[in-house]
Amino acid sequence: MNNNILNSIRFLVFLSLQILIFNNINLFGYLNPYPYVLFILLYPVNSNKSILLLSSFTLGILIDMFTNSGGVHATAAVILAYIRPSLFKFAFGLSYEYQTVKIADKISPERITLLILAIFIHHFILFFFEFFRIDLIFTVLFRTLLSTLFTFTISLLIIYLIKPNKR
Amino acid sequence: MQQIINFIIKNSYKLLFLLLLGISLSLTIKSHSYHRSKYVNSANAVTGTIYKKINDANEYLSLKEKNKELASENALLKELLFNKKDTLLTSKTVFRNDLNNFNVVVAKTVKNSFNKRENYITINAGNLTGIKTDMGVVNDKGIVGLIEKTSQNFSTIQSILNTKSKINAKIKNSDHFGSLIWDGKNVGFAQLIDVPRLASLRKGDSIVTGGNSDIFPENIPIGKIDKIFIDKKTNYYTINIRLFNDMTSIGYVYVIENKKRKEKQQLELETTKTKK
Repeated sequence: MNNNILNSIRFLVFLSLQILIFNNINLFGYLNPYPYVLFILLYPVNSNKSILLLSSFTLGILIDMFTNSGGVHATAAVILAYIRPSLFKFAFGLSYEYQTVKIADKISPERITLLILAIFIHHFILFFFEFFRIDLIFTVLFRTLLSTLFTFTISLLIIYLIKPNKR
Repeated sequence: MQQIINFIIKNSYKLLFLLLLGISLSLTIKSHSYHRSKYVNSANAVTGTIYKKINDANEYLSLKEKNKELASENALLKELLFNKKDTLLTSKTVFRNDLNNFNVVVAKTVKNSFNKRENYITINAGNLTGIKTDMGVVNDKGIVGLIEKTSQNFSTIQSILNTKSKINAKIKNSDHFGSLIWDGKNVGFAQLIDVPRLASLRKGDSIVTGGNSDIFPENIPIGKIDKIFIDKKTNYYTINIRLFNDMTSIGYVYVIENKKRKEKQQLELETTKTKK
């Protein structure tokens, strides 16, 4: 119950942050950060997976509505939500399901791997479908790399900010 | 039957994923064709209203700048007004009807995008003020784009910074026509293609909208020639144009309705039909 409320709040906060602030950041004129992927990554490991899929889709489609981009954000978000377990397995090893892994716990190499990998996959799908042309694949990759770095930096800052202080 | 239900229950997660993926992919692919998705755009009631709220706040913070812009535009209009006297004296050759060809509606930008390959601008005027698809949009500095979709109170503009946009343009002093496109790279520049090699060009020449267009009136400024490339395969120039308009900051725009567009298209259609 508590988790659900927390997730709903996260959903709204990430959505409004993305629309109000991050969509207006244009580094060098064309780099946008998309830190809303954090919503998908921060979703509790043991919670309902179908709800994660549905909420990622909704988040993506809402952002698409605001940016006039058809369905690219929805596509990228749904795919990321679907492959999330495999990414966790890749980053933390097989036993991740039995631990209570929280990405916000501590910044360790595993978590950084997970973050960069997830952001890269998400951005690649996003830009690939936005450009939608095979002959521009290098432009897509270039943009993906730069945006990944940018989003990653912003995501780290956000994680540090929302991390509950235990001491 | 039992097995089918079992299969669905067993694979419900995968099926849900495939369903959502299908929906989002079809939306993506639809958005790349001419007729864009009907609901997923920023001209609907929810997104339009929120953007309007955000814009109201932003606008309040930049009142001073906007005042300056308006003042300079006023000055320009006054200049036109004062210069009118001269033209009236020699206007006997001008067709009377020509003056009454275009309707202009003022609107305000509530959302502007310029960092994608297909950029759209949302404005706060729609069907109710008589805006329809395929009308031209300009502002005080030059051309902005075409109306793509309208709702009751909002419309989206296909900006000239859109790889799908193609607008008829000409070189001001030689009247050679070409098509204005955008290669999706730099927001300050657009490209003019299909200009015949016969045209004499110089860096710094002005590019304006051409009379071939049904949408824009003639001689709306677009930009200046920045670089000229010669396509060796065809006998055409490709020209890089520095836009007069700063597409990253667009405030008030003017939507232009060509009242005689239908008449013209009808006539052209009939002409080509009778030829066959």
